Amino acid sequence: MDSEKRPMLPLIGSEIVKSTLTALWFMFLTFPIMVIKISPLDKTIHWRWMNLVYVGAGAFFLSFLWRYFMERKVQGARADEDGGWQKRAGQRISTDRRIYLPGLIALGAFVAIFPFLFSSYQTSIMITALMYVMLGLGLNIVVGLAGLLNLGYVAFYAVGAYFFALMNHHFGLGFWFALPMAGAIAAIFGILLGFPVLRLRGDYLAIVTLGFGEIIRLILENWNDFSFGPSGIAGISRPGIMGASLTLHQHTIYLYYIMIVMVVFTMIVVGRLRNSRIGRAWIALREDEVACQAMGIDKAKTKLMAFALGATWAGFVGCIFAAKTTFINPSSFTFMESAIILSIVVLGGMGSIMGVVVGAFILILLPEYLRAFSEYRMLVFGASMVLIMVFRPQGIIGGIRQHYTFQRKPAADAGEGGDAACA
Amino acid sequence: MQPVLDVKKLTMDFGGLRALEGIDLQVNRGEIVALIGPNGAGKTTFFNCITGIYEPSGGDMIINPPDKPAKRINKLKPNTVTESGLARTFQNIRLFQKMTVLENVMVARHCRTRSGILGAIFRGTKTCAEEQEMVDFSYRMLEKVGLEGYVNDLAQELPYGAQRRLEIARAMATEPFLLLLDEPAAGMNPRETRELDALITRIRDEENLSILLIEHDMKLVMSISQRIYVLDYGKMIARGTPAEVAADPNVVKAYLGETFDA
Amino acid sequence: MEYFLELFFGGLTRGSIYALIALGYTMVYGIIELINFAHGEIYMIGAFTALIAASALAMLGMDGWSLLALSGVIAIIYSAAYGFTIEKIAYKPLRKAQRLSPLISAIGMSIFLQNYVLLAQTSDFLSFPALIDEFSFMENVTIIGSAELVIIITTAVATAILTLFIKFTRMGRAMRAVAQDKTMAMLLGVNVNRVISATFIIGSALAAVGGVLISSQIGQINFYIGFIAGIKAFTAAVLGGIGSIPGAVLGGLVLGWTESFATGYISSDYEDVFAFGLLVFILIFRPAGILGKASSEKV
Ligand SMILES: Nc1ncnc2c1ncn2[C@@H]1O[C@H](COP(=O)(O)OP(=O)(O)O)[C@@H](O)[C@H]1O
Ligand SMILES: [Mg+2]
Repeated sequence: MDSEKRPMLPLIGSEIVKSTLTALWFMFLTFPIMVIKISPLDKTIHWRWMNLVYVGAGAFFLSFLWRYFMERKVQGARADEDGGWQKRAGQRISTDRRIYLPGLIALGAFVAIFPFLFSSYQTSIMITALMYVMLGLGLNIVVGLAGLLNLGYVAFYAVGAYFFALMNHHFGLGFWFALPMAGAIAAIFGILLGFPVLRLRGDYLAIVTLGFGEIIRLILENWNDFSFGPSGIAGISRPGIMGASLTLHQHTIYLYYIMIVMVVFTMIVVGRLRNSRIGRAWIALREDEVACQAMGIDKAKTKLMAFALGATWAGFVGCIFAAKTTFINPSSFTFMESAIILSIVVLGGMGSIMGVVVGAFILILLPEYLRAFSEYRMLVFGASMVLIMVFRPQGIIGGIRQHYTFQRKPAADAGEGGDAACA
Repeated sequence: MQPVLDVKKLTMDFGGLRALEGIDLQVNRGEIVALIGPNGAGKTTFFNCITGIYEPSGGDMIINPPDKPAKRINKLKPNTVTESGLARTFQNIRLFQKMTVLENVMVARHCRTRSGILGAIFRGTKTCAEEQEMVDFSYRMLEKVGLEGYVNDLAQELPYGAQRRLEIARAMATEPFLLLLDEPAAGMNPRETRELDALITRIRDEENLSILLIEHDMKLVMSISQRIYVLDYGKMIARGTPAEVAADPNVVKAYLGETFDA
Repeated sequence: MEYFLELFFGGLTRGSIYALIALGYTMVYGIIELINFAHGEIYMIGAFTALIAASALAMLGMDGWSLLALSGVIAIIYSAAYGFTIEKIAYKPLRKAQRLSPLISAIGMSIFLQNYVLLAQTSDFLSFPALIDEFSFMENVTIIGSAELVIIITTAVATAILTLFIKFTRMGRAMRAVAQDKTMAMLLGVNVNRVISATFIIGSALAAVGGVLISSQIGQINFYIGFIAGIKAFTAAVLGGIGSIPGAVLGGLVLGWTESFATGYISSDYEDVFAFGLLVFILIFRPAGILGKASSEKV
């Protein structure tokens, strides 16, 4: 805009001044915490002056990036060009069979032989990633589609895990019986929590669910007679195939395939829900609660359904988690776990299935493989949640709405949209 | 014949503020009735009361659907009111911005359809048929308001006037017998307003419904409504045919006091 | 009776700290309707800064009340600076965004700050020096310690100053105007951005006061103290009626007493459950809080 009129040099100069000031500010800001370190034992102070240099240099360059992206965001809001381009490309890839079919087949083949290509350890990591895909997709129903910020999602995960663990411990209940029941119990908990919080505004809901999640964890920690307290429950049985005895390696492979089936099942279910009568009601509720009710949608029922369904998936994964690790205790179900699942959904793209899959793989696999990075994992989670909200609220892959095609005119059978809807 | 909407002595208080006081209003079958008044008179509040969004502090609201017995709608939730055949648009457009135009209308079919979660997951023939019906019906509504060219666009991408018409299409998709329009011409240019005039009349005739309309554009109000109610500071200060209301000294006074009003 | 009084003053002390943090929540919420999730972390950073400053100053030979005052001031300055910066980075760009965006951003910021301190400092508990000396006149009093007395008095003074500030200064009036109607305030020439920044700065400074005082009394801190304290203080803010300053103080005290008496007479295992239970209970049955007014959304 007016940058073209102004001479170039002073402009660069003023940008450098801005960045220098930012750098100085952040050097000041981080000085006590980054530079000074107290050893608690010998009461000496350790000065880390290099950190000051890093912060200064980092802030200097990042502030350029920040302003650049901010500028682009403002212009993007005006022109919205590249969003349109990306959307069209996404639409194309997801609808044109010639593009996605070969890719899908290659991916399917890779997924099918994965455990034979990689070690047991790698397979186990992949199982964890797939569990988070499922958790992300489940939470995506609640947060992404229905717009209900649930910060206590981990509670339902815990319910599923403890249900299986306790049933297995006391009654020897097997995995395959427990799995659907864990989902159902979690759904009941979802409804129990859902009922009282129906009337709450979005941000209050977030806090109540957070409180609920913490209450469940604290109860599990303190109610020793019921949950065995912090020491947890060990010796939970792994899933079996008709009584055959498997080695640990075989167990891992078996669980891997179970997870693949479960993830595919989840993706299909969420995908179908999203473009269904219920799914549209959820999205409408997210977009505008008042208008949604005024269009004849029962807010309470719709919210409860989202809660229950989201919880069901957490219950499933909880059951699988207990079977995978054969040991659970309350420390697996902290608020941080909820936060990780939420950041998967946010990073991937709220309401988007592929987005959640990609988000889960990035957030779970990256720290796993970049060991040096894993220490910074939560730091990066937090920062990326902020940056995503600021610069790309739709996430890596924004949700794509279904397109319908209509032939011109014949009003009686208005076209082939229905075919697309129910293919 | 009984009026399709019969409101008696409706009162609404917000804390100390009495936004509506003893309002009586009737809409007869097939009528277009206008509710006018200066800004802040309580018109939107009136809509919010009859659609169940606010709970009125007093009074009675009764509806007479053409094919069902009369019903009091006093303490009904908004969705139940809509289900019983009242549908509305919003003064400050409240579309589902991140949904497509067609989906916006399909959402309004929710209360006329039944399929649930299992149907959505397994997609049986019944669900598919219903889904097809929803798509077709919604498309017809969009054709009526002239938006069939925009089906797959996001609602937020529509121009302003089109968003107002989408609100109307969405309300109509709930199959109301009484349509409540809150300032449908606000922000439209004169040409769009003329088209809206024709559209409202056509909807009334084709869909066989009654319309209650809040509007500031006097030309539009005078040309399409059979009767007019005038609200000022929460009180009904005049009622009658367009000619009667235009001649009423109270109305003239209320409007002269509000010269900034459109 | 003595046990009861002990619990009473224990609750009062706790409640004072909750109140100091809750004031920040309530002010920010009153102005931009955001639950500033990172507020607890500001309190934690205040405590860390005070600890670091106190250790450094102690090496220079400072002690007693001057040490407390100076490290307290440094902590307040830093917390305020953090609050100011956080608003600029994580919330200001989202003023016009969807409802949930700033809240998610705030959660991200909270996680980021926790791990920033964890990585730059330590995950262990650090022992915090007892900066508040025992008063000689308190020697024979058993139901309340000197540190607790200081906490209660400081809270009372801070709340009084804040109330006067909001009632009688220009900035205070601007804050009330923005809280009522942002657009209107802007049209009347109030610099809304400045008001929001000031709100964050004041709220953060109060949190730092709380952080220094309670750390000095409890004697140890780690990177996680902000999370629990933050949620409890938020509970206090909601309990009193969010947006209301006397409400935040009242809520803090009620919560402090609830915890103190419940742990004292029932069971100490479930200390946090009482707080969270109270939060859930209040939000469900009286979301407007004790002093708050129920309001309906204008359609
Ligand atoms: N939810 C509410 N809370 C408090 N006052 C309200 C609310 N809704 C409307 N009002 C008040 O009621 C009066 C009438 O408003 P409204 O019905 O919107 O007027 P109109 O639509 O005629 O311009 C106004 O003074 C408005 O401030
Ligand atoms: Mg109005």
